[in-house]
Amino acid sequence: MVRLIASVVLALCTAFGAQAQDKFIVMSSTTSTEQSGLFAHLLPAFKAASGIDIRVVAQGTGQALDTGRRGDADVVFVHDQVAEEKFVAEGFGVKRLPVMYNDFVIVGPKGDPAGARGKDVVAALGKIASSGQPFVSRGDKSGTHAAELRYWRMAAVDVEGNKPRGYQACGCGMGPALNIGASTNGYVLTDRGTWLNFKNRADLVVLVEGDTRLFNQYGVIAVNPAKHAHVKAQLAQTFVDWVVSPAGQASIAAYKIGGQQLFFPNADR
Amino acid sequence: MTGSTLIALQAVTVRFGATVALSSVDFSLHAGERVALVGANGSGKTTLLRVLHGRLAHEGRRFVAGDLRQAMVFQRPFLLRLSVWHNLMLALWLARVPAIERAPRAHAALARVGLSNERHRPARVLSGGQQQRLALARAWAVRPQVLFLDEPTASLDPAAKREVEQLITEFSAEGMALVMSTHNLGQAKRLATRVLYLEGGHLVVDRPTVDFFEQPLPEPAALFLKGELPWSA
Amino acid sequence: MNEGFGAALQTAWSLVIGFDARLAQVVGLSLGVSGTACVLAAGFGMAIGAGLAVARFPGQRALVAALNTMLALPSVVVGLVVYLLLSRAGPLGSLGILFTPTAMVVAQTVLVLPVVAALTRQLVADAWHGNGEQLRSMGAPPFVAALLLLLHERLALVTVLLTAFGRAISEVGAVMIVGGNIEGVTRVMTTAIALETSKGDLPLALGLGIVLLGVVGSLNALIALLQRRQGAQERATPMAMAAP
Repeated sequence: MVRLIASVVLALCTAFGAQAQDKFIVMSSTTSTEQSGLFAHLLPAFKAASGIDIRVVAQGTGQALDTGRRGDADVVFVHDQVAEEKFVAEGFGVKRLPVMYNDFVIVGPKGDPAGARGKDVVAALGKIASSGQPFVSRGDKSGTHAAELRYWRMAAVDVEGNKPRGYQACGCGMGPALNIGASTNGYVLTDRGTWLNFKNRADLVVLVEGDTRLFNQYGVIAVNPAKHAHVKAQLAQTFVDWVVSPAGQASIAAYKIGGQQLFFPNADR
Repeated sequence: MTGSTLIALQAVTVRFGATVALSSVDFSLHAGERVALVGANGSGKTTLLRVLHGRLAHEGRRFVAGDLRQAMVFQRPFLLRLSVWHNLMLALWLARVPAIERAPRAHAALARVGLSNERHRPARVLSGGQQQRLALARAWAVRPQVLFLDEPTASLDPAAKREVEQLITEFSAEGMALVMSTHNLGQAKRLATRVLYLEGGHLVVDRPTVDFFEQPLPEPAALFLKGELPWSA
Repeated sequence: MNEGFGAALQTAWSLVIGFDARLAQVVGLSLGVSGTACVLAAGFGMAIGAGLAVARFPGQRALVAALNTMLALPSVVVGLVVYLLLSRAGPLGSLGILFTPTAMVVAQTVLVLPVVAALTRQLVADAWHGNGEQLRSMGAPPFVAALLLLLHERLALVTVLLTAFGRAISEVGAVMIVGGNIEGVTRVMTTAIALETSKGDLPLALGLGIVLLGVVGSLNALIALLQRRQGAQERATPMAMAAP
């Protein structure tokens, strides 16, 4: 029995050790990006081109940027331009580069009791607010949450003080928020990628899409080695350079779910 | 018959919280003696044993002849979930017996009590009498000059009791001083050279055995004797 | 609801037969991280527990109470504290072990050590009555006597260690925060289940849960078998005295 335990421990130690040998960097990104499946497609292409492994830690946007601030990641890949520019301005990032955009949609019950269906996100939110129908917000400082708050402001609806009747914030990721929406027959603002991969749809369908305001811009930032000397600055820069290069951009465009392209590359030429 | 003083107690008192378990006891143990402690439950027999053995905090003074080796045997011996052999070796290790001497002493001890054939068996499957003989082997192996015994045969059947009494007598003949508490006045009469009667923490009577059983005793002790004698074996 | 469970059972079965390589890696990592944490927690925890049971010093009761309180430490809290320690911005950042299995082992050891220590302390304290005195009379210093009692009660100790292992392998809060649930590197069974749940793939999440229970259940069955063999050896003969 003791021998069995010892040999298992030894095997695992060598496994742990082996992992440390490959070249790798840590990238903090968002749960919605990871759950869209993009990384499973993109990162192997990058590894083939450069030999570098990327270890993705998926969190909310706020937490992802905080991870970069602490120097626990080498590169940050999120979708909240305002927060990203602040990150660089504070000196934690080298430079922000736009990479791609995807879009948000509003999903809701098939019967659409609030009458939100259409191409106008602001009008839809106004109707949802006045109908008092359930609306599930992520409420977690994520890029999605930040976008959602912007749309509410555009619709002149207060969701902090005098909330609409059905408004609830879960402080959770995109998937859990959709889970709640599915079980309460509520409306949810979600990125298309997570939605296409989401399997627990119940009665929910896409009701609002195509509004240009729903486009969600991604940026990539290498963490500043001046603030954190240990950061793998060169390897991180290799990734940044690749993802905005024609090869990286093509790889992004090639990612499809059910024949549908999810992310639209738009790095500055 | 009385040899050198091994342990001496002077005005020793033991308190457990508010209770006085032992009250101002004066007592000296000499080499070659076999002392029986008798008295009712709660009279202080076990406390006196533990104080003599040096295991209890007390008021008063306790003198011990330099480097005195002691061992104690209890009514129900604690044997670890190990073999007979390992229990014995453990005792030798705890007594800091040098490593090369341990195995020979363990073999000798097992032979002394007649348990050589049982040495690989788990100690806890032995019969009651065998377990107590193992406890005696454990004590004998460390070559004590004083052996304390706390009601060693109280839980044993008559045959086992005889075996244990036989061993105890032999140990004494080999030179060990004995201090034994017992409920059994017949046993005290058979085995002891000196009998101490305790009552309520006080040492009331301290006489050679013959005197204890044949000379008139003070009131409480005499009553005790009358109460106990018809039932002794 | 029934079809959810049915689908989950089917998924669990096909995962096991298919011997999905990624699943095997996740299971292996779970066992490795929690197993290592238990071994470390056992070493330190048993020593602390035994020591606390026999030591007498002012404030001992308070320390025991504090230890028993730590039995209810939420795993997320442990994860957060360890994260703050191991982050590059924290005091131990230069170790560089955040988001690696090593950090997960550290967090789970911290989580599980109080379990081992508190239960060991109770074990020794209970076994001490009567028996401790006899060991001391044989010349054992208090701490040695405590360790001998642990040796004596090794079967009960197995239950303590199993409890600790169960706590470790079933927790998700600590390993999620300090490990980051990185695919292929720090993803374990519980974080995988959490991920699939949040993606809405409930049958897969439940299937993974069934696999996890199966793995832990097999381990427990193995230990029970071992205990039965040892118990058979111990069966008392009719003539033996009642054990102290």
